Amino acid sequence: MEPVFRIDANELVLTVPAEGIRADWLARPLTELGLAAGAAAHVLRVDAPSAWRWSTVDAAFLAAVVRDFEGRSHALDVRGVPKELLSLLELSRAAPVASHGSGGQRRPGIRARVGALALAAVEDARLLAELLGQVVLLLPRYAAGRARIRRTDVWEMLADCGHRALPIVAVVNLLMGGILAFVGAVELEDFGAGIYVANLVGIASVRELTPILNAIVIAGRTGASFAATLATMQGNEEIDALTTLGVTAEEFLVLPRVVILSLLMPLFFVYGSVFALAGGLLVATPILGLSPVAYLAQTQDAIGGANFAIGALKALVFGAVVALIGCHQGLRASRSAAGVGTATTTAVVNSIIAVIALDALFAVCAHALRI
Amino acid sequence: MDAGAAISLDDVDVGYGGAPVQSGIRAQIQRGEIFAIVGDSGSGKSTLLKTMIGLIPPCRGSIRFGGEPLAQHMERGAPPFGVLFQNGALWTSMTVEENVMLPMELQRDSTPAERLALARFKLALVGLAGHEHLSPASLSGGMRKRAALARALALDPGVLFLDEPSAGLDPLTSRRLDRLVTGLRDGLGITVVLVTHELESLYRIADRMLFLDGEVHRPVALGAPAELAQHADSAKVRDFLRTRTAANAARPEVA
Repeated sequence: MEPVFRIDANELVLTVPAEGIRADWLARPLTELGLAAGAAAHVLRVDAPSAWRWSTVDAAFLAAVVRDFEGRSHALDVRGVPKELLSLLELSRAAPVASHGSGGQRRPGIRARVGALALAAVEDARLLAELLGQVVLLLPRYAAGRARIRRTDVWEMLADCGHRALPIVAVVNLLMGGILAFVGAVELEDFGAGIYVANLVGIASVRELTPILNAIVIAGRTGASFAATLATMQGNEEIDALTTLGVTAEEFLVLPRVVILSLLMPLFFVYGSVFALAGGLLVATPILGLSPVAYLAQTQDAIGGANFAIGALKALVFGAVVALIGCHQGLRASRSAAGVGTATTTAVVNSIIAVIALDALFAVCAHALRI
Repeated sequence: MDAGAAISLDDVDVGYGGAPVQSGIRAQIQRGEIFAIVGDSGSGKSTLLKTMIGLIPPCRGSIRFGGEPLAQHMERGAPPFGVLFQNGALWTSMTVEENVMLPMELQRDSTPAERLALARFKLALVGLAGHEHLSPASLSGGMRKRAALARALALDPGVLFLDEPSAGLDPLTSRRLDRLVTGLRDGLGITVVLVTHELESLYRIADRMLFLDGEVHRPVALGAPAELAQHADSAKVRDFLRTRTAANAARPEVA
């Protein structure tokens, strides 16, 4: 049975059915429940059954009726309800309704959203460049041993970024070298050029794939960890606490991470290259019937110092970029649990994009310089 | 044991890993009562609260809500209480409104429109009408507590647990929150259990209090705060409660 609204003299009378007010009435317009759109009254009289066991659903419904009238400039005096329910209705009306809720705002159009995203990306890039500048300016201080950092933190970071990453770097590079050798051997054997598998594996891994793969692995492992750590510190006001001591996050937190990862990545490069070449050797020599000595001699001829130097330089730059992006996202994270997740994901995604874009830039520069 | 009590604590020991920090807790908390758990730092106030809401198992004894253990209520689907955690513990990936709607979505057979209407009513009750679409991160400390209070009320609980509701709030906001709690108790008839060390708040709203002594690891006083301040057997309790009396004597009461 629906509620019965009727106007009696100056009063709006609401007859509550025996079973009470149903929750689904909260979701329906009042006009659908019998309240005329233009109804005017100054008193809401509730005609309820004697054994009415009211709940917050009843209270929410009565509050909606009162709000509807008050929205039309009619203050309603509620009568005929238990005093506890009345005090609850008063409580719900006590605080003014704030006007800044975004519920009524229209969703911006596609152009506005694309524009906002582009502006956000530009701002993000500007802040990243600013962070890079700050780190570069702090480097002489760090080199002179005057940077304010905790040596124990540096050792802990070194351990975390360093030897704990060695197994994954080894496995990834070994498999990558093996796959390259297998694909190359199958194709080149048909042309009687099987020995050139050593050139393929050597140049591809040392010049391109080992630095990129290492950077991606480290972005997912260490860059994400940097972002999560700094974002959590941001949320716990730990960075604010540092700032109040006159120590900047850039000096205390970002600089050591960037330096450590920049220095470790060339070492990972050497280490990873050894495993990539070993993977190639292990796969190519049995398939092609080559001796390991011949394969290694061919590899040595193929790689050359320039390829190795380019690979090492890339590794250094990629390390700095991954660390910078991880720290940048961590520092910019919102102070919430969701902010930590967003910072971590964005750090990994942006690092991978940046590494591949930079690799393309290296390729263009190397070509221009004929290296 | 009082069968009509909202909560019965029957010879309860609480602690972590079976090692009690408080032993022999006995209390009958009546329906509609505002009951405070008080004690010195590290005395186990929050541990007792966590035990009452089922986050930590009691080392010994039983806790009953309306004569039934918590597990029995949980078997029926929903806890008989709502909890306001110390820092609000709002889910930061959701808006304020979604925070209040989620418990209803998880526990009740209702439509989104019904949940929305009830969530908005509860936010209006705590004075947050118009803030429904904001993210918890953009709220002030007091607003976060009120939003968390609205969430605690989402399932119309018979008992409301408040963990340090005044912590981190200025006196004015703290006073408003206290008024809100008493208003909700009067309007909804709910039982309120709060952990606090704020004496102003304690005197303002608590009908009775239980004092946990961190040195002897057991409760040493149970009664109305004003009465215990004068007549508690434990000198420590009298000292604790008179701190406020002395402080008030030095400055005028602000309305």
